[in-house]
Amino acid sequence: MSDIKVRAKIEGDETVVKCLINHPMETGLRKDSKTGELVPAHFITEVLCKWKDQPVMTCAWSGGVSKNPYLSFKFKGGAAGDPVEIGWTDNKGESQTETAEIG
Amino acid sequence: MIDSKRRILLKGSLAAGSVGVAIGAGLLTPRLVLAAWNEAAFTAKDVPSALSSLLGGDATESSDAIQIKAPDIAENGAVVPVTVETSLEGVKSIAIIASGNATPLVASFDLGEAALPFVSTRIKMGKTADVVAVVQTGDKLLSNAKNVKVTIGGCGG
Repeated sequence: MSDIKVRAKIEGDETVVKCLINHPMETGLRKDSKTGELVPAHFITEVLCKWKDQPVMTCAWSGGVSKNPYLSFKFKGGAAGDPVEIGWTDNKGESQTETAEIG
Repeated sequence: MIDSKRRILLKGSLAAGSVGVAIGAGLLTPRLVLAAWNEAAFTAKDVPSALSSLLGGDATESSDAIQIKAPDIAENGAVVPVTVETSLEGVKSIAIIASGNATPLVASFDLGEAALPFVSTRIKMGKTADVVAVVQTGDKLLSNAKNVKVTIGGCGG
């Protein structure tokens, strides 16, 4: 259902990672327009970004991050072909990971 | 002769067993990291209590070294692009706060050694308010804010 798109590129001596995650990111505060009932919360709580199996960044999110989240970050030292892994976990305990090579 | 081979085999399988345990332990570590989601901070209803829960203090120093890139007017509060970048050294974490939201703390980014102090994402904003970026460097908390005018709310509005 959901999937992650990861793109990592070298710009000068920095590696720029951009990713898009398909996720509803429901805050739990929104009402269904038909039934008037609250839509249960369903959002990503953690995103772990790794480069060559080393954590580069850990993100903690709330439902305040937009639906189908976009995330971009930079790090030093990447080389072409290195694996960059993005993995998320949501408040329902679901999780997914995706790996891309630095291009 | 046969007996000594058996010994070798036993040793071999024991070694394999311990490798398996090590892999098991390795698999557990990310979960431990993930278990650190700070519920108190993310469900806090105001900025000072969110900051206290997240970073252990709500006293921040205003700093122009933190750049927040966000639109002046957001037509759709459900998707507000925000980029936080700083020239400060030794940045440990960056937090993004939409001060007008019911639960203001939107996201917190813990930077590893290789990471550069730059994050870009898209957030929801319930109403016109300041987007605040709080940067933690060593023992200091620095912040900057940018007002974003929201014409349509994005929090269930």
